[in-house]
Amino acid sequence: MDIKAYIVLSLTLFTIGIIGVLVRRNAIIIFMCVELMLNAVNLLLVAFSKMHAASAVAKASPTFAADAQIFVFFIMVVAAAEVSVGLAIIVMLYRNTHSVDVNFLNRLKN
Amino acid sequence: MSNVLQIAWLIPILPLIGFIINGAGRNVLSKGISGFIGSAVVFASFLLSIYVFIQVKNGNTHVAHYFNFINVDSLKIGFDFKLDQLSSLFLLIITGVGFLIHVYSTSYMHEESSKDFAKYFSYLNLFVFSMLLLVMGANYVIMFIGWEGVGLCSYLLIGYWFKNNDYTDAAKKAFIMNRIGDLGFLLAVFWLIAKVGTVSFDEVFSAASLAKLSTTDITGITLLLFVGATGKSAQIPLYTWLPDAMAGPTPVSALIHAATMVTAGIYMIARSNILYTMAPVTQCVVAIVGLATAVLAATIALKQNDIKKVLAYSTVSQLGYMFLGLGVGAYTGAVFHVMTHAFFKALLFLGAGSVIHAMGGEQDMRNMGGLKKYMNTTHLTFLLGCLAIAGMPPFSGFFSKDEILAAAYANNPVLWGIGVITAMMTAFYMFRLYAMTFTGKFRGTHEQEHHLHESPAAITIPLIILALLAVFGGLVGIPEVFMHGGHKLEAFLEPVFAQSNAITIKHELSHSTEYMLMTVSVAGALIALLYAWNKFSKYEKTETASSGFAKLLENKWYVDEIYNAIIVQPLKSLSAFFNEVVEKKGIDGLVNGTGKAVNYGSRQLRWLQSGQVGAYVLLMVLGILVLFIIQLFL
Amino acid sequence: MGSYITFPELLIWLPLLAGILCFFTKREQSAKSMALIFSLIILGISAASLFYTGTKYATWNSVNYFYPNNIGNTFFVGLDGTGRLLSFLTALAFPIIFIAGYKTSYKSASSFYGLMLLTQSGLMGVFCSMDALLFYFFWELALIPVYFLCSKWGGEKRIQATFKFFVYTFTGSLLMLIGIIYVYLHTSGRIFEDGTQVAHSFALNSFYNASLTASEQNWLFWLFFIAFAVKMPVFPFHTWQPDTYDQSPTSVTMVLSGIMVKMGLFGVMRWLIPLFPLATVKFSHVVMVLSIIGIIYASCIAIVQDNIKKLVAYSSIAHIGLMCAAIFAMNQVSVQGVMLQMFNHGINIIGLWIVIDLLEKQTGVKQISKLAGVANKAPVLTIMFVIIALANIALPLTNAFAGEFLMFSGLYKFNIWYAAVAGIGIILAAVYTLNMIQKVFYGNTNTVVDAVKDISWNEKFILALIVCLIFIIGIYPQPVIDLTKEAVTVLVGKIK
Repeated sequence: MDIKAYIVLSLTLFTIGIIGVLVRRNAIIIFMCVELMLNAVNLLLVAFSKMHAASAVAKASPTFAADAQIFVFFIMVVAAAEVSVGLAIIVMLYRNTHSVDVNFLNRLKN
Repeated sequence: MSNVLQIAWLIPILPLIGFIINGAGRNVLSKGISGFIGSAVVFASFLLSIYVFIQVKNGNTHVAHYFNFINVDSLKIGFDFKLDQLSSLFLLIITGVGFLIHVYSTSYMHEESSKDFAKYFSYLNLFVFSMLLLVMGANYVIMFIGWEGVGLCSYLLIGYWFKNNDYTDAAKKAFIMNRIGDLGFLLAVFWLIAKVGTVSFDEVFSAASLAKLSTTDITGITLLLFVGATGKSAQIPLYTWLPDAMAGPTPVSALIHAATMVTAGIYMIARSNILYTMAPVTQCVVAIVGLATAVLAATIALKQNDIKKVLAYSTVSQLGYMFLGLGVGAYTGAVFHVMTHAFFKALLFLGAGSVIHAMGGEQDMRNMGGLKKYMNTTHLTFLLGCLAIAGMPPFSGFFSKDEILAAAYANNPVLWGIGVITAMMTAFYMFRLYAMTFTGKFRGTHEQEHHLHESPAAITIPLIILALLAVFGGLVGIPEVFMHGGHKLEAFLEPVFAQSNAITIKHELSHSTEYMLMTVSVAGALIALLYAWNKFSKYEKTETASSGFAKLLENKWYVDEIYNAIIVQPLKSLSAFFNEVVEKKGIDGLVNGTGKAVNYGSRQLRWLQSGQVGAYVLLMVLGILVLFIIQLFL
Repeated sequence: MGSYITFPELLIWLPLLAGILCFFTKREQSAKSMALIFSLIILGISAASLFYTGTKYATWNSVNYFYPNNIGNTFFVGLDGTGRLLSFLTALAFPIIFIAGYKTSYKSASSFYGLMLLTQSGLMGVFCSMDALLFYFFWELALIPVYFLCSKWGGEKRIQATFKFFVYTFTGSLLMLIGIIYVYLHTSGRIFEDGTQVAHSFALNSFYNASLTASEQNWLFWLFFIAFAVKMPVFPFHTWQPDTYDQSPTSVTMVLSGIMVKMGLFGVMRWLIPLFPLATVKFSHVVMVLSIIGIIYASCIAIVQDNIKKLVAYSSIAHIGLMCAAIFAMNQVSVQGVMLQMFNHGINIIGLWIVIDLLEKQTGVKQISKLAGVANKAPVLTIMFVIIALANIALPLTNAFAGEFLMFSGLYKFNIWYAAVAGIGIILAAVYTLNMIQKVFYGNTNTVVDAVKDISWNEKFILALIVCLIFIIGIYPQPVIDLTKEAVTVLVGKIK
């Protein structure tokens, strides 16, 4: 299958993520968009890994083909940890302010 | 063996001591004591000057070195005094006339408080000190010290009554105009230093030094020195301070603004005669400026009504005469005229002072008249002074003026012609003054009339002495036509001008020409004199305002107004422009502007820190995009 | 290099020590007395240093501490003719300032006097240091206490004025620091006595011998020059000065105008010209034109100034402009004139400030237009002031005459027109000085001036001292000339 399709899909997802982060105010949705961006990158990593598996360089090194996919697992693990922290923050925010609107959270300014 | 004239340092030091005693003790000294000290020190200097004069006359000239004033690199300026024919003659004039005026002042200033009296005498002594430095200095720097010193004393004495704003204005004007001249003098000295490396008279005038100077150098130096002279000796264009300087006490006008200080320029040029002789262009300028000043001041004097102002303009005019003499190479004549002028002009000023004293401070001649009856001595001496200045033979002014005029004729008859016309004007305004003051009937108030009296002996005795000098002083310079070897002064001063005489071609006038010239000038002056006497002896006060040319003259050709418009006002505007626009708006604006720009910029940048997470993210994304674009497309 | 105490060390450490001690005194009176006593001791030491000049006493006048493992800097201080003259001026000025201000009481006087003495220490360091880093250190040490002095004890607009002052001088200093580091990187290495070897050195001589190309010199010249020009100040870097002089407490103004401005001139002579001789020759015309514009410009502004303090400030700018121009004329006569004039200007301007301070304290105004007829009330004060003011405009037989005469003479040798145009400054100086004297001292008194009393013992003493100095140096300037003759010859030799 052509790598281009993966790239286009990944970029689309990433863009959706960015736009989501920029335009939405709900912290949870922003959070989900961040995840979406992360996963778009993951998708790209896996796709490129698959593409390169047949190359001469990959054949010379037994672990090369799996490297990228291992990275993806790493990212997923880190993302999961991050989600837990992030969600915890959002929950705390909600408890304190009864809102998850990020525009409300502009205390940095003052 | 050191020269006996080494002692000459005492001559200026004595007045300086007088200055210090009177200045420091002004709160404790009584009027009698401070007046006595002030006069005594000058008298002591006078005696010493006579000693010096006799020594010099016997051929003992000397340059006395005391200490090194400034000694840098190859430039060596010593604190030296030069005692030769020229300086010893001036010493006599300064200390002699100076002493008489000191004596006169003890009476004239008697109404001042004892503090101010002492202050007055201390200033007067300081002046004598500076003037002595000026003439004794053996180099241009010492001369310049005296030169500025007399300017300072003139400033202090004009502004002696410092509570009056007009007087202090006049004082300030005198000082500043003198300073303009002084700058010229200084630049000339620097020029000399740059070219010759020395300022000492003997070294500068030596053949070796003169050889180092090109014609341009000499012309430039002499012109700049002459600028200095125009300031100090009140010539065009820097003469306007002298009439205003009459704000000072009358004896001051007599001493500083008639007899001594204003002749400093003539002294300086006579001292540098060799330089001037080598610069014909400058000589021409000196002659023209001198003559122009003489004419201009004489015309103004025709219409003045303030007795001191008439005398002031007459001084300017006579100084112009002296410069004419210098310009045509008649150095002896100019110095001779300095001497006779010192006698008769001091006499006239002191006489005017006596009149003002009697009139209770009144200076307007329209309110005088008929004073002959009341003040006999003053009247007689004044008349003699007037005859002397008008150039009537055999009074002193006749000889000196005649010598200058004869030299002018030899140089260019046109100069002579204008000179004679000026002499006629001189005779006219002097006898206008005399007639308005002493003849006719009294026009002042009754109170003044009641108060009229002859002045005390301290005033009249100096008048009598000066009158004698004004009458007989000219006899030291009887021209060759009348008496072979009669010009004693010329013989005496011969060594000073020897260098110049060696390179100038003498235009000998035939005796018949000289007789003709004398007759014409004397006749002219006599006509003017009689005309003025006739016209003004029956002067009546009229209220009609003058118009046309008379008005122009009364307002002194509007020279002050012109100076104000073309120099003072532009300077003020320029300064205000610098202060308001360049300084505050320009430079400070730039500095403060930089500060403000930083402030403003920071305030604008602050909006970026909105605290909105979304905005930060947007910026981040934009940043990444920009980086991409740079990476991919540039 | 010895273990004994040398003159420069004493001159630097004593004020520093005294300053620190002053900080810890409780009572105002004791701080005041201590500052005065110490400054008098320092004056004594400095006066003694004038007599121990020749090579015979070289070990007394110079010391060089070396710290192992350094970056090529040492604590190297020494006195040459210029340094001796200026450190003597500093030592002389401080007791005068303290006595003149003896009756003034400052809030938290101990810090005031402490900071004053720290400034003195910094100034001494500047005039003595023979090491670039040390020079920079002392340069700042002199500056920073002044900043605090102005901002704490100054007039109403003091914060604004001091801020301006600080930014100006600090910008200059930083530019100079860049320059110093650049030159440092181009110096050759040095081996110390203990064998330590460094790649570069901050010592004065290494700086003089640094290998710099003509084009490097060209821009380095400006880095240094701006620092010095701000300090002097030369047109157009001068606008901090009138405001600062106006707003600082008068004691500080005296330090600023009497001594600190000399730091700039000194810097030019000790560092700028010997370091960048090629650039100096190249830019001398630019600098001189700036200086001469400054003379005329500042004199003109002084004519229309109504604030008497600013008037003196502008007159100082004009005088400094002349000195700066004369330095860059770079001949023996003009530089000698500058040396003489630096000392004279310091004395004269301190005298002027003393009188102005008295007037301001007694009447509460500093506008010339509001004062009149002071001479009626305070004749002695008037006499003193007139003498000092006339000295300031270089009347013959006062001290400034010899200095200005030499400077103009040297300037004339360099370029006729520069001397002629700068000479107009002499006339303008007479105009504004006499205007001021006439308006303030002559005429009839008004209600403002009625309160004025004549001067008291301490002012009389100080002013009499200044007047005596004016006349002594005016009549016999040769000793001052001889003191700096050698240093001038060396300096002028650098350029040829």
